[in-house]
Amino acid sequence: MKFKKVVSAVLLAAMTMTCMAGCGSNSDSQSGSGSSNSSSGSGDTIKIGGIGPVTGSAAVYGMAVKNGAELAVKEINAAGGINGAQIEFDFQDDENDAEKAVNAYNTLKDWGTQAVLGTVTSAPCVAVGEVAQADNTFLLTPSGTAVDCVKYDNAFRVCFSDPMQGLESAKYIGEHNLATKVAAIYDSSDVYSSGIYEAFVKEAANQNFEIVAAEAFTKESNSDFSVQLQKAKDAGAELVFLPFYYTEASLVLKQAAGMNYSPMFFGCDGMDGILAVKGFDAELANDLVFLSPFTPTSEDEAIQKFVTDFQEAYGETPNQFAADAYDGIYAIKAAMEQAKVTPDMSVTDICDALKTAMTEITIDGVTAKSLTWEASGEPSKEPMVVKIADGDYAVVE
Amino acid sequence: MKNRSKTTKNNIITYIMVILLFAVMQTLVSTGNVSSLLKGLLVPLCAYIILAVSLNLTVGILGELSLGHAGFMCVGAFTSAFFSKCTADLIPISGVRYLLALLIGAAAAGLCGILIGIPVLRLKGDYLAIVTLAFGEIIKNIVNILFIGRDENGFHFSTKDSLSLGLSPEGEVLINGPQGITGTPQDSSFFIGVVLILVTLFIVLNLIHSRSGRAIMAIRDNRIAAESIGINITKYKLMAFSISAALAGVGGVIYAHNLATLTAQPKNFGYNMSIMILVFVVLGGIGNIRGSIIAAIVLTLLPELLRGLSDYRMLIYAVVLIVMMLFNWSPKAIEWREKCSAKWKRNKQKEA
Repeated sequence: MKFKKVVSAVLLAAMTMTCMAGCGSNSDSQSGSGSSNSSSGSGDTIKIGGIGPVTGSAAVYGMAVKNGAELAVKEINAAGGINGAQIEFDFQDDENDAEKAVNAYNTLKDWGTQAVLGTVTSAPCVAVGEVAQADNTFLLTPSGTAVDCVKYDNAFRVCFSDPMQGLESAKYIGEHNLATKVAAIYDSSDVYSSGIYEAFVKEAANQNFEIVAAEAFTKESNSDFSVQLQKAKDAGAELVFLPFYYTEASLVLKQAAGMNYSPMFFGCDGMDGILAVKGFDAELANDLVFLSPFTPTSEDEAIQKFVTDFQEAYGETPNQFAADAYDGIYAIKAAMEQAKVTPDMSVTDICDALKTAMTEITIDGVTAKSLTWEASGEPSKEPMVVKIADGDYAVVE
Repeated sequence: MKNRSKTTKNNIITYIMVILLFAVMQTLVSTGNVSSLLKGLLVPLCAYIILAVSLNLTVGILGELSLGHAGFMCVGAFTSAFFSKCTADLIPISGVRYLLALLIGAAAAGLCGILIGIPVLRLKGDYLAIVTLAFGEIIKNIVNILFIGRDENGFHFSTKDSLSLGLSPEGEVLINGPQGITGTPQDSSFFIGVVLILVTLFIVLNLIHSRSGRAIMAIRDNRIAAESIGINITKYKLMAFSISAALAGVGGVIYAHNLATLTAQPKNFGYNMSIMILVFVVLGGIGNIRGSIIAAIVLTLLPELLRGLSDYRMLIYAVVLIVMMLFNWSPKAIEWREKCSAKWKRNKQKEA
């Protein structure tokens, strides 16, 4: 008993010590960056932080963003950096959890980050946005699609927002007279999917087609879609709208083929990557149409260069998350150059400068040609429509 | 007097430990010596400490296993966040609003505890563990299909999607299904958190050392003997369990009012979180309130302080957990510890 007490005392002491040590080293770095603010030349790197899940179930998105951003940082540094200053990049794990994301943000703040690329997923992004707004830190999310992600004027995003995608999909279907009877299947437990679905239904009222079936599934039941497909078939839907990720979509296509139901399928940017699913017959995906900001097989020179460089560095084909992050870093670079940001500026000054600079820049990225931003934080770019033909992606004009 | 003073002394040490930690942290914060990371962790730490202490009441004192503590936390978090969001304009004073939110969160979680406890606590064996496990998952799923909006016509409910709420254009969606609640006023602070820890400790420690607490422990130690001397088993079990649930609700209230977004995901309100709290209790020592506090602090700080190791931090966290578990509970380790402490005592006596 006595020994246990001693151990708990030691543990307690150790904990307090680590706290103190943490504080100590931090106060050092803080005063370090503080002094570099006044004395010029000592801090000659611009520190950009990244936040996203690199462990847990959403790790695949976080890793893509991390790799895409690191690739861009490497290129920029090799080309001479931002205004002559090299970039230092630090990516922190948030496990796709709002609380952990705030911890990650605070870690970056201690490190002395001057702008943040993140977060990757929506809910953590809203939480970090709230804290970053209080500190007036510049935030550019590569892939936080929820509306509230860019609620404050210090936050911008590279990707489309959920409502935007739903709206554009409905418009595209209506304007091109793709169908008159449409069924929608969506993941009601997923923010991304339900956000797109809701905007889609809203816009559908203004278009010349009718939604005859709207069927939901959840994360717990995302392997059998026969009920939803049967309902869509019974309702006579000519087009099925699938606003979710390609892993589930590949199952939908397979099961639809199994029941001899072959409507037109229409997806969103989450569909990108469906041809890479293991054991998936690419034949089934023929004529699948989806909106996408990024296609790795595009003929475009910049995209080709990005894809080859990415494959060389990480051994896999980049997805849209990597592309968004890649463009995000270049956007930060362009905005910093526009605002003439130097490494000795404080976080708040940089943020204020970038807020106006972001609306003035135009970048030629891999997710869009001539990408610009509005003061609301939304990007303005045209969505590309991709159609799968002969087992390959093809851009539809 | 001498007999009583031992437990009193023990309790006072626990209170002092909390107050001392608070004082140390507060001075460090006010002198600007604390990293932002640690500053951001202070409020969640308070929530986890309260959760660990409250679960210890169920596991350690009542002797029943609860695997759904995150469910009660979820109930407390969502009811209180909903209340705070509704009344954000109505009650401008954050202190009053937060107090009401606390009471509502605790009451809602406590009520769930009573509702579950009435049928289940009458049973013997591990049924409470099974039912609370299901409860936690059910609550999480209910919250994920719940849509509540408000416009000038009053509140609208739906379990389908936010479109079927039929809100007028000025209407506002308060709970948006899987997107949860965004924009909860951030009323939690470290000071309030510590005050709530002290209140929790006061309730739990006083309950343990009261007549009711002894009855509860008698039930834990020998149900038949307790029944034979006329203790109302269900009543005392229900008392401990509902208090534990209500305190978990308080933990949820702190958690909800610390972040701008509240979603019910497996990570924060699912099975993982329940197990996490159980780990705090088991590593801190079942029935040992002070141990729960220390374990909650160490295990919450550990993964964050290990951020410097990037990819290895989860690995090291797991290894530390296993090592601590072995050190605390393996029979060989206990034997070794006793041997060591005996030797240590002998040496001390020799010196004396």
